[in-house]
Amino acid sequence: MGVIKKAMTGADAAAEAMRQINPDVVAAYPITPQTPIMHRFAQFVAEGKVKTEFVTVESEHSAMSACVGAATAGGRVMTATSANGLALMFEIVYIAASNRLPIVMNVVNRALSGPINIHCDHSDSMACRDSGWIQLYSENAEEVYENNLIAIKLAERVNMPVMVCQDGFITSHSVESMRVLDDASVRRFIGQYKPKHYLLDVEHPITSGPFDFYDYYFEHKRQQIEAMTKVIPAFYEIVDELGKLMGKHYETVEEYYLADAEFVVVSLNSTAGTVKHTVDELRKQGKRVGALKIRLFRPFPREDIAKYLRGKKAVAVLDRAATFGHVAPLYHEIRSALYEFPDKPRVVSYIYGLGGRDVNLGHITKVFNELESGTAQEENYLGVRDEDEP
Amino acid sequence: MKKKSWKSIPEGGIITTPGNSLKFKTGDWKTHYPEWNKEKCIQCLRCHFLCPEGAIKVKNGKVVGIDLDYCKGCGICADECPVKAIVMKKVGENGSD
Repeated sequence: MGVIKKAMTGADAAAEAMRQINPDVVAAYPITPQTPIMHRFAQFVAEGKVKTEFVTVESEHSAMSACVGAATAGGRVMTATSANGLALMFEIVYIAASNRLPIVMNVVNRALSGPINIHCDHSDSMACRDSGWIQLYSENAEEVYENNLIAIKLAERVNMPVMVCQDGFITSHSVESMRVLDDASVRRFIGQYKPKHYLLDVEHPITSGPFDFYDYYFEHKRQQIEAMTKVIPAFYEIVDELGKLMGKHYETVEEYYLADAEFVVVSLNSTAGTVKHTVDELRKQGKRVGALKIRLFRPFPREDIAKYLRGKKAVAVLDRAATFGHVAPLYHEIRSALYEFPDKPRVVSYIYGLGGRDVNLGHITKVFNELESGTAQEENYLGVRDEDEP
Repeated sequence: MKKKSWKSIPEGGIITTPGNSLKFKTGDWKTHYPEWNKEKCIQCLRCHFLCPEGAIKVKNGKVVGIDLDYCKGCGICADECPVKAIVMKKVGENGSD
């Protein structure tokens, strides 16, 4: 009973959460770019450890289409994908959100081709940031597990789909020590799913997915915008409950030594771990440095972010994705969140790690040093070759 | 049919009242509407058979009028009428005839 310690990869952690959630339907494309999440989950299905209807389809476009169908019918539905798989889904990703279906999808963040690349990069989920999905990012395997449990409750509370993101290979394929809850606690926590309207409710028939022209489409988009404002309050209710079970405190963002920090690095996913470790090292030298990790990216928790970053001397935002023709996405949004405050810090951008380029303590130390010395430009690149190797 | 605000319609574009298509008039987007002249009409029924919306009303084998709730204003009836008993008129500013 209670909390159990295990050794798992991020992919295993997602599959373990899915086993405990025991969704009605999982539809997924079973080969590349699929990750070990579905490999492991398929094993649970074969061993009879879940009652899930497991639909292996011929493409990610069909995977998300099957998820939309199953969720419309009234099921609790999950899937997983990565990189170009997510790109191929995109048309139906947008429809899932527009139809207000609480699907939960694990996204293993890997680079969008081309050129062809399969390594860690956030271009895949960043391309979906305006699709109407809630996005949770995970620093490590334990957060992948927790975010899956949060996602199920959150999706069903606000009738919106949720992506649970984790870093490709770095998190998805690395074994680490983590904690899970026992099956009974998870089932009590997530509860039964009772959709308000669903297609198989023959007593209250509905039409789903009809035409919606200039006379009503705008009103439905206005509803989606409003629904996103309900997510953060719902998130806090859910994580308070989970916090009691896991013995942890959760926020939409995680602050690290920010109380007296002057220089801050903001990041997503596994890089947050590297940043925190660098903060530990620099704190030993007496540097007033800190870190901010964004757990909930959509909706963007701008009030929580402003609360932690106002009054700091300088902030560097790390982006593992580029926006071609404008500044990087996380940087853009952090700057925008701080715009109205007179005590806003200097905020600079560092694009790093594209296509799986390694990022290490030396890189993060360099970022803190450049923040402190004031030598950081507005837009910087970490680890890209500006010159040919000699 | 009075249009509702975003606050009072079901989420996700679903329809919770089956059969409500009966209340939906599909002809509100026409720019021109047909005007039928009963005196000129020779009751050949070409307009009735060629109308893509079934908007030419026929009773006991005779044209009796045009259902402008469903007429989309394509003008096929006027074009096909051999005696010019149907002519197209411009829709007024209120979006109907």
